[in-house]
Amino acid sequence: MIAANVSRDLARAISAVENRISDLPVALAQLAANGHHAAVGHADVIGVTGPPGAGKSTLVDRLIEGLRTAGESVAVIAVDPSSPFTQGAVLGDRVRMQRHSGDRGVFIRSMASREGGGGLAPATRDAVRLAEAAGFDVVIVETVGVGQVELEVVAVADLILVVTVPALGDSVQTIKAGLTEIADIFVVNMADRPGANRTALDLRQMVREGQRDIPVLQTIAQDGTGLPALLDAIAARRHGDDSNAVRAVRFEVVRRARDRAVMAALAQLDSADGAGVLDRLRARDITRNDAIDALVALSEGPVHAY
Amino acid sequence: MQTTETPIADQQREWEQLTLLPFTERRPEAREAFRTQGGAVLERIYTPAHVADVDYARDLGFPGQYPYTRGPYPTMYRAQPWTMRQIAGFGTADDTNARFRYLIAQGQTGISTDFDMPTLMGYDSDDVRSEGEVGREGVAIDSVDDMLDLYAGIDLEQISVSMTINPSAFILFAMYLVVAEERGFDRKKLSGTIQNDIIKEYVAQKEWVYPPRPAMRIVRDTITYSARNLPRYNPVNVSGYHTREAGSTAIQEVAFTLAAGIAYVEEVVKAGIDVDEFAPRLSFFFVSQIDFLEEVAKFRAARRVWARVMKERFGAKKPESMRLRFHCQTAGVSCTAREPLNNIARTAIEALAAVCGGAQSLHTNGYDEALSIPSEPAMKIALRTQQIIADEVGVVGTIDPLGGSYALERLTADIEKACFDYFAEIDKRGGVIACIEDNFFQLELADAAYDLHRRKDAGERQVVGVTKYRDNSANPHVELHHVDEAAAERQLERLRKTRASRDGEAVRRALDELVRVAKSDENIMPATIAAVKARATGGEIINALRPVFGTYVEKPVF
Amino acid sequence: MPIKVLVAKPGLDGHDRGAKIVARALRDAGMEVVYTGLHQTPEMIVNAAVQEDVDVVGVSILSGAHMTIFPKVMQLLAEQGVDDICVVGGGVIQEDDIPKLKALGVREVFNAEASTQDLIDGIERIVAEYGRDRTRRAAVQTSAP
Repeated sequence: MIAANVSRDLARAISAVENRISDLPVALAQLAANGHHAAVGHADVIGVTGPPGAGKSTLVDRLIEGLRTAGESVAVIAVDPSSPFTQGAVLGDRVRMQRHSGDRGVFIRSMASREGGGGLAPATRDAVRLAEAAGFDVVIVETVGVGQVELEVVAVADLILVVTVPALGDSVQTIKAGLTEIADIFVVNMADRPGANRTALDLRQMVREGQRDIPVLQTIAQDGTGLPALLDAIAARRHGDDSNAVRAVRFEVVRRARDRAVMAALAQLDSADGAGVLDRLRARDITRNDAIDALVALSEGPVHAY
Repeated sequence: MQTTETPIADQQREWEQLTLLPFTERRPEAREAFRTQGGAVLERIYTPAHVADVDYARDLGFPGQYPYTRGPYPTMYRAQPWTMRQIAGFGTADDTNARFRYLIAQGQTGISTDFDMPTLMGYDSDDVRSEGEVGREGVAIDSVDDMLDLYAGIDLEQISVSMTINPSAFILFAMYLVVAEERGFDRKKLSGTIQNDIIKEYVAQKEWVYPPRPAMRIVRDTITYSARNLPRYNPVNVSGYHTREAGSTAIQEVAFTLAAGIAYVEEVVKAGIDVDEFAPRLSFFFVSQIDFLEEVAKFRAARRVWARVMKERFGAKKPESMRLRFHCQTAGVSCTAREPLNNIARTAIEALAAVCGGAQSLHTNGYDEALSIPSEPAMKIALRTQQIIADEVGVVGTIDPLGGSYALERLTADIEKACFDYFAEIDKRGGVIACIEDNFFQLELADAAYDLHRRKDAGERQVVGVTKYRDNSANPHVELHHVDEAAAERQLERLRKTRASRDGEAVRRALDELVRVAKSDENIMPATIAAVKARATGGEIINALRPVFGTYVEKPVF
Repeated sequence: MPIKVLVAKPGLDGHDRGAKIVARALRDAGMEVVYTGLHQTPEMIVNAAVQEDVDVVGVSILSGAHMTIFPKVMQLLAEQGVDDICVVGGGVIQEDDIPKLKALGVREVFNAEASTQDLIDGIERIVAEYGRDRTRRAAVQTSAP
């Protein structure tokens, strides 16, 4: 059960890690000192992501309702992008969930993505762990699917809902490749709009082609249609076999490796040695093929020809 | 208007070279560009060349005739002035009734009612959400017993009554009909209006209870019921005032309002009613803002656009279906808290624009508009302002007095074109309700409001006495309306009495029947009237229907 | 560390143009703004302020009910033991009531004619003067290296 002063203690703990006043172990220790020390790993973390305008916040509001009815306590971390120009942010996800704000079994915290570039805030994972320590049974992380960085939600969540809306025309294209790799459940929200069935069909086709067992559900979060089925699907995945974890984790590991390799290659290209190679290329002292081999060798050592 | 373009344009160029340029070299103009309050750029001078595309017969015509640009009636104010309709509402029904009688005694010709926030939002006075708000910003009306007192001593067959009420409009409308019946007035002679424009709530005023689609159904039912039973009543006052107050441009005010009108017409036509059966009784409500020329142009453009829409889009045959009539209120947002007496001047100019623009009904703000709900002295001066225009200024002697002004006709035509551009965009996006669900209007409004705010901050728009000519001595004191804090308690007592003296079982049955009707396809008005007659309260009715229709939370845009 | 502000719309009044313009302006000044949405009760506002752990709560009221709302908000904050969140007000608030609000602990009231810059400067000043001591809050700072 959630203790009386949890809101304040948890809120301050999250601020401490978000503002780099304390690191996670310290913040956890502070929470424990205040009487909140639920076991690590006991909470289920659900990521909710997808393109802007898909109705994620409304859906999360309904999920809170359903989970509370089932007797579970829920913490929500809602991440919104910081302005790249001013570093400020308007965080409006809370509006859709405010009706729960008097419920002691619900905790809602908005976070600006800050240096996270639009997807997650660097402190989001810590915030999730703190919410878990405070005793919440379920932690929902809501993030906007813009750019590539929303994929970081894989590292934070145990189960990922990818929420989209019916699109006219070629719908599956609008869902970025990465999201389809990490999804555990697809939700086509605003299912009363034209194109809903088509979109669901396209997603199911894609799922079949990838030989995965991922449900594609339709909801109208606005009035709650489809929520019971969604809550059942979530429950099944929480308590059942985590068949998608392997694929999601593989994907994320590869993605990070790729990112690291890209950063390394760029660094070599910009280095003094790299510049030297490019100068020789410009002066026609070496062929393109040799230039490539030389530059690759700089970052990785010699490569074999195919 | 039909002059050959080239010679005048040449003359203008010559003038610019020979007369203008030397002058501006000695004394340049004060600004790079002069813009209207709504954001349009004004030409230095307008000539016939600027209105070569305007055709008198096609675009202006004569008053009382398609396309109604010059006025909806052939005689306009030469027959009788517009209805002087100052809004009133505070405390309990008795308090407001006294103000109505005062205003009528001072020469007001129509009644306009302002309700408190709980009544507007469908909460009874004893609801926890109503605390601190009962009788504060308007009159508290919980049941038909209150409304009997509100309109006591008023001949409803002679005086038209307007009620500014939206999500709970169907309930207050039902109460009004029961009051008329219990007082022996003939329904067929009742004239007046309920604002009942739920679309603009989602966009601008933000008074809502249910989501857009069920709310549209309720509005549709009130329109069809009214069309069939009350030949002189206007069941909707499609409004632009609130959109403009929320920061929109003049073009957006007209375009979004008329788009809402289109949506209502489509909704009722879809239910199988012929457009000419109800369209004549749709009315509109615009603001009159401080930019004189733009406002007069706006009113004329609205008439022309609506006439064209009704004829071409809906195939209306009756002239009355194509003729836009509107109530007008001077702009609250243009009134300042500093040096409030300056607002008398602002209001007078805005009122004059409304008259030159052909309004059918007008509320002029009190000088205390930015400070509080109107006091009696402020309302008296505001009413006198209208009377001075009607009796002293002379513009009532000729119809559409500014028609033919090159500047005015250009602005009118530009606003018209912009409206049709917006309609095309709205249609492309799937219609008005789809646009609300996608936040299209709200985004346009947010951007316009922010742009206006930036222009003010940058000094492009000045406010006399506030940003310019600021006298930093203490603000002159004005007597404000005194809020009677005991009114809330009196209202709670009234509510208790109503609940105690009614047949609780009959109320329950009536509410059950209303819920049944709401779930069906039947018109909800008869069941609402029955519930109201049994003394069900507004809050009880709204609550009974919440499980059927749902609730609404907006997705805010900034 | 950005200043975090809760912009709140209490009561039944739906005039949110000012609140939304303020939210946008504060974002443009580099602050993080949480918007509550309309129709908030004092409880909802205070719960949000606590969970979001904001520096400032800005309450926007145009309905005249400020002498009911502000006392409730201040009382609820006190009941939750919150002494480091600053409360400011804006909208349509009579001059005569401003001293009464300040006596309750409301730090500043910005009337409708205040410019955007006044607001930003005001909030920064209030946070600097009355806001939380951000270093003191976390009693145990860093874990051992």
